[in-house]
Amino acid sequence: MTDMTRRDVIKAQAVIAAATAIGLPIPAEAQNLVTEADLTQLNWNKAPCRFCGTGCSIMVATKGGRVVATHGDSKSEVNRGLNCVKGYFLSKIMYGEDRLTTPLLRKKDGQYHKDGTFEPVSWDEAFDIMAEKWKKTLAEKGPKGIGMFGSGQWTIYEGYAAVKLMKAGFLSNNIDPNARHCMASAVAGFMRTFGIDEPMGCYDDFEAADAFVLWGSNMAEMHPILWTRVTDRRFAHPHVKVAVLSTFTHRSFDLADIPVIFKPQSDLAILNYIANYIIQNGAVNEAFLKEHVNFKRGATDIGYGLRPEDPREVNAANAKDPTVSEPMSFEEFAAFVSEYTVEKAEEISGVPAEQLEALAKLYADPNVKVMSLWTMGFNQHTRGVWANNLVYNIHLLTGKISTPGNSPFSLTGQPSACGTAREVGTFSHRLPADMVVTNPDHRAHTEELWKLPKGILPDWLGSHAVKQNRDLKDGKINCYWVQVTNNMQAGPNMMQEGLPGYRNPDNFIVVSDAYPTVTCEAADLVLPSAMWVEKEGGYGNAERRTQLWHQLVNAPGEARSDLWQLVEFSKRFTTDEVWPAEMLAANPEYKGKTLFEVLFANGQVDRFGPADLAEGFANPESEALGFYLQKGLFEEYASFGRGHGHDLAPFDTYHEVRGLRWPVVNGEETRWRFNAEHDPYVKNGKPFHFYGNKDGRANIFALPYEPPAESPDAEYPFWLSTGRVLEHWHSGSMTQRVPELYQAVPDALCYMHPDDAEALNLRRGSEVRVISRRGEIRVRVETRGRNKPPKGLVFVPWFDARRLINKVTLDATDPISKQADFKKCAIRIEAV
Amino acid sequence: MLKRFAFAVALLAATAAMAENQLGGLRPDTPLAEESEAPQIPAVVNSDVRQVRNYPDQPPIIPHKIDNYQIDLNVNKCLSCHSRTAVEASQAPMISVTHFMDRDGQTLGTVSPRRYFCTQCHVVQHDAEPPVANGFLDVDSVLDHIIGAGEEGQ
Repeated sequence: MTDMTRRDVIKAQAVIAAATAIGLPIPAEAQNLVTEADLTQLNWNKAPCRFCGTGCSIMVATKGGRVVATHGDSKSEVNRGLNCVKGYFLSKIMYGEDRLTTPLLRKKDGQYHKDGTFEPVSWDEAFDIMAEKWKKTLAEKGPKGIGMFGSGQWTIYEGYAAVKLMKAGFLSNNIDPNARHCMASAVAGFMRTFGIDEPMGCYDDFEAADAFVLWGSNMAEMHPILWTRVTDRRFAHPHVKVAVLSTFTHRSFDLADIPVIFKPQSDLAILNYIANYIIQNGAVNEAFLKEHVNFKRGATDIGYGLRPEDPREVNAANAKDPTVSEPMSFEEFAAFVSEYTVEKAEEISGVPAEQLEALAKLYADPNVKVMSLWTMGFNQHTRGVWANNLVYNIHLLTGKISTPGNSPFSLTGQPSACGTAREVGTFSHRLPADMVVTNPDHRAHTEELWKLPKGILPDWLGSHAVKQNRDLKDGKINCYWVQVTNNMQAGPNMMQEGLPGYRNPDNFIVVSDAYPTVTCEAADLVLPSAMWVEKEGGYGNAERRTQLWHQLVNAPGEARSDLWQLVEFSKRFTTDEVWPAEMLAANPEYKGKTLFEVLFANGQVDRFGPADLAEGFANPESEALGFYLQKGLFEEYASFGRGHGHDLAPFDTYHEVRGLRWPVVNGEETRWRFNAEHDPYVKNGKPFHFYGNKDGRANIFALPYEPPAESPDAEYPFWLSTGRVLEHWHSGSMTQRVPELYQAVPDALCYMHPDDAEALNLRRGSEVRVISRRGEIRVRVETRGRNKPPKGLVFVPWFDARRLINKVTLDATDPISKQADFKKCAIRIEAV
Repeated sequence: MLKRFAFAVALLAATAAMAENQLGGLRPDTPLAEESEAPQIPAVVNSDVRQVRNYPDQPPIIPHKIDNYQIDLNVNKCLSCHSRTAVEASQAPMISVTHFMDRDGQTLGTVSPRRYFCTQCHVVQHDAEPPVANGFLDVDSVLDHIIGAGEEGQ
């Protein structure tokens, strides 16, 4: 059709016209428009977008068992009919022609072999070898010898089933999601300041704010639909101001009234300067502070989350205990920040004083409602938790919080980083509803809700994302299952940690994915997964909105949902094989049961029969099991949060509505938490109640500027920052397979300043090596693109499987959140 | 019955001879630990030929260069050809009626600010061959299959 010229079209039309004129019947295929209703009607259903944490609702059209169209859901408050370019191409993400359709196992001479060639195997053979490896490792090393790496793109059910299987089944806390790379600093920031995770405000703040401040977030590309709401507000209400802070100029600067380029890491100094400005200029909301705020001095010199033998860890005074703090007075806090004068902030950050003052005035002016927004610029930061704490300081000092338009808002990267990784608690230290494995009361409560023997849940801190790769390399974890993430491409320091860990001959690596990613390439067993609307699912977005969807099409070949994989695998183990003998002796009713019976056929998860399944939607997992698996998992999970500030509505409600923001109490969602007018959990009789902390108060922290883990020097003179682009989602495994998105941005490029290029005798299109102390890649130089770095910094996106920039990055982490800093390391550039 | 893809097996046969990167995908050749030459930056397709959309809801791609187009607080270069009043002179397609609607679906007197940044939805195309084909079928192809299957049944 596309090869037809205009003349061909006219000729074909002429034939039809002639036939009609002489009364001949026109064959169906010659008619130029099909009009029969049963043919033309499409089956439209809702589903949240598969990509970022914004949580746009999508209308999905199916016909003949295929997705044939998608568009933005006009009934959704989040996006009101809009999508970004990725969202508009969702229809095509499942149809890349190299979908994995059968399990693949590395074999030599018919047997599994670490250096073998991938061969198709049955699901039975795949689970047989997995179970054999898991049982051997559990017998030899115990629960610390196995690990699992999951995702903020897991559905709520998948994450919940995974955390049950790992923590309650295998008794191992070595489970962590890729959200560790994404949101961990935000989580630790919330817990330190408020004692409860996730934003107090919501997206309604976009239509109420007078000023927006982007702290290390390129919303124009990474949260485009939320950016449409900022843009709408800014243009429709000319008093509104937008400040954009970053280490390089990017698309969000197109809307900036106050464009601020700062030196990497110096955001800490700017944040403290603003706090000082507020105090010096009498802009403190004293009544708010008196009623609602504590002051604390946090530990300093806390190291960089590197391997313990690294001199930067050995020499750090508080690397072992980075979270401690002690109370201080307001006067002591004022004295602490008083050294952050505009001169000092200018010196550290390189930002002109007048820009710093313009920014500070937005916060200090009591008549300006400010929304602060941040993502990876804050979170992927070796002082990321501090950066989160410091921005809350500013909002708390001025009382600009928890009211419409006054909103420190931590944006989420992934579609269910909140819903699955955080709320379900798939982190190595967490349990559902903000509980932690190290708290005996939390474990006891979880054991009760999960109907487990008392004292069975492990109390040790599991390995987090970066440590899992180190443990694999060191041979401490030998069996490892990766689902819904491409961590060989996404994790830091691939050449020294990731790749040696996966290819360590002692290890057996299983990767579940829809497509053959580079992580699959590094695996020993690859399992084909159903994706997005090929399964029933649920996600939770950045504003606490929970959204569920039905399965709309079938997965290809033997591909199965990650949920099915987890549940089926649990049938391969009995309690006698994996639980301590003394535990079973004391609780004989659990003896001889499979993990499936203990975890999923436990009288709770299996309590909803097939009659509860919605008509017209396939659900192969539930049909095979004889009970509504997803509903059972959801309702058991929801029992953690109901009555505890995390209330979810009944399961069936979410299939009707465009999501609801928790806590959902008496059928009503909550838009502004901690605010007595909006939040039913406020019970102190005051206008605000920070009930996440026992004393009902939020914490302001005194925390200084400290230098990054690695800075440019004579040998490695450039900063490297990495990140995403609008057109590709994360590692590109879905979007690079959509031709229009691939052709929009086919390759990762090295964005650099034209003067830097010229000084190295390079120009646009030159091929260079980007080299760090850890690895190198080959890439082309771009000097005129959408990203415009200042001199001394380059930006390379990480979506491109052929340009694996994480060969170059450093695996330094925030010592509190354990989140890696992908935004700063030292590199040199050499012409090829 | 719609076409099913069984590429994993075919792919394995094709790549079995190679020592590394057996699975193909987006990085078919270069082993994970090695580096290959980065392809030249491809040219932007500048044909001005409109492309068939995959479905009516798809934003059309931009069939021309947009180098140095200013779209910021002050100016929107795209609208100088695609606005309602510009198309007679430019003969460019007018922005769709949806672009005049606010969050509540009401038509405004001018372009809705929420649609201001065109490149959030509309993208240029580079002259680069996708490494993996896509088997998406548009609704016409699906209807052809359905009608064809019905006729075979008769």
